Amino acid sequence: MRRVMPELAAADVERVFAAEYGRAVAVLVRVFGDIDIAQDAVQDAFIAAMEHWPSAGLPPRPAGWIIATARNRAIDRLRRESSRQDRHAQAALLHARDEPAEEGAVGDDRLRLIFTCCHPALAPAAQVALTLRLLGGLTTAEIARAFVVPEATMAQRLVRAKSKIRDAHIPYRIPGDRDLPERVSAVLAVVYLIFNEGYTASSGGRLIREALCAEAIRLGRLLAQRLPGESEALGLLALMLLIDSRRPARLTSDGDVVLLPDQDRRCWDHRLIAEGQALVRECLRRNRPGPYQIQAAINAVHSDAPTAAATDWRQIVQLYDQLLAIAPSPIVALHRAVAVGEIEGPHAALTIVDQLDLQAYQPFHAVRADLLRRLGRPHDAAAAYRAAIDRTQNESERAFLQRRLQALPAG
Amino acid sequence: MNQYLISVYQPDGPPPPSIDLQKIMQDVAALRQEMQAAGAWVFSGGLHDASSATVLQSKGSQVLVTDGPYVEGKEHLGGFTIVRADDLDGALEWAKRTAQVIPLPIEVRPFRDEGH
Repeated sequence: MRRVMPELAAADVERVFAAEYGRAVAVLVRVFGDIDIAQDAVQDAFIAAMEHWPSAGLPPRPAGWIIATARNRAIDRLRRESSRQDRHAQAALLHARDEPAEEGAVGDDRLRLIFTCCHPALAPAAQVALTLRLLGGLTTAEIARAFVVPEATMAQRLVRAKSKIRDAHIPYRIPGDRDLPERVSAVLAVVYLIFNEGYTASSGGRLIREALCAEAIRLGRLLAQRLPGESEALGLLALMLLIDSRRPARLTSDGDVVLLPDQDRRCWDHRLIAEGQALVRECLRRNRPGPYQIQAAINAVHSDAPTAAATDWRQIVQLYDQLLAIAPSPIVALHRAVAVGEIEGPHAALTIVDQLDLQAYQPFHAVRADLLRRLGRPHDAAAAYRAAIDRTQNESERAFLQRRLQALPAG
Repeated sequence: MNQYLISVYQPDGPPPPSIDLQKIMQDVAALRQEMQAAGAWVFSGGLHDASSATVLQSKGSQVLVTDGPYVEGKEHLGGFTIVRADDLDGALEWAKRTAQVIPLPIEVRPFRDEGH
């Protein structure tokens, strides 16, 4: 007789792991006041699940089972260690005595842990790595691969960050009202960085990049849900959903980049678009604009257009004007110039682009190259494509730019 | 309660004329009183210039005494405050206030747990 149960259960454990790892770690960090104890306990619990679920079946509340098992196993282990005069274990046991192992009524253990992981006293690279490790459950090897650093380097970065949290007593707490806006921006920046790394990563396998995007969106949903008063959290979620909706059209089956105007819009994920656009409407209703909300609105305009030619570029230019007013940056000005070019032609766009100081920025040269091509200046366009190629690390992008360069008419 | 060292890093030599030293001293004293009222203050003090430092190092059975400072550089520890706080955020709050009063880089470091 074929035994199908174990395979099914393994998939179940994996599904529970992906969905509940962060929640379980966050609860256990609160219970024991220690990240390492929490991580070990949750890992033990998932190993136990692999052993028990195939024969006993999936428990009615898998997350609750994992959390309760993790707590019990950690207490057993700490009792053994504390009998050997381990002061750290004793402190953790004492801590656990007063903390319920259920996720709090308001369910914000994960939110607390995000604020710890994204504390400004930690280096930005460590903030990103810790968030992915503790809340996303990615392995150190996976995070190392995503950020193209040796695994030992990433492991050291994580150990150092966890030691600092412990030694400096970085709290597990949602910041008070006075610090909240600044701290929320830091958290949103980490989440968007994770998303961008996943979406435009210069290297790393496709699977790991999709995992980064999925994790960023999962965190984005959590933040939008738990911080309903923060319009920028809604804006960031909308922005990520709308960008992610275009993923199926963004690469050819050979992995070549397809630019927005050339994408097959029927491939876009219309469920994600509907969700993103609903969030953008909610942001507009609130009328407390911020950079993420405006970028989401720009993406919503693209999503609205059934064809590239039908894009409402005037609205996009207006939104870029608004974005430049609250968050001036030459990169935003570059994007705005592209939109201006769609209305007033490549000459107007090039005039703006040539005033920007972005020599080191690859898209600056790619945009210039395209504008010069459209202006019938193939010689100048070729030089700009070469400048762009020199500045790109991403293989797909390099191949794309090479094709464009070769397609230029002989100057 | 945990203890934190809040250090002020000061460029060597006399302060630039644009600095109103008297105002800074007054603000520092007022902040110290506030820390004391809140029960956060443990100790604080300002140091003489780093050129006044003396360095000791044991070499075999002897202790060698030389002119300091030990660390070469253009900036040295200029003064410090030790505060009690529940966690880093509490210490950072006092450090932030210190930075608002003293226009120099401020560093916060946790003390190891005492005793045990």
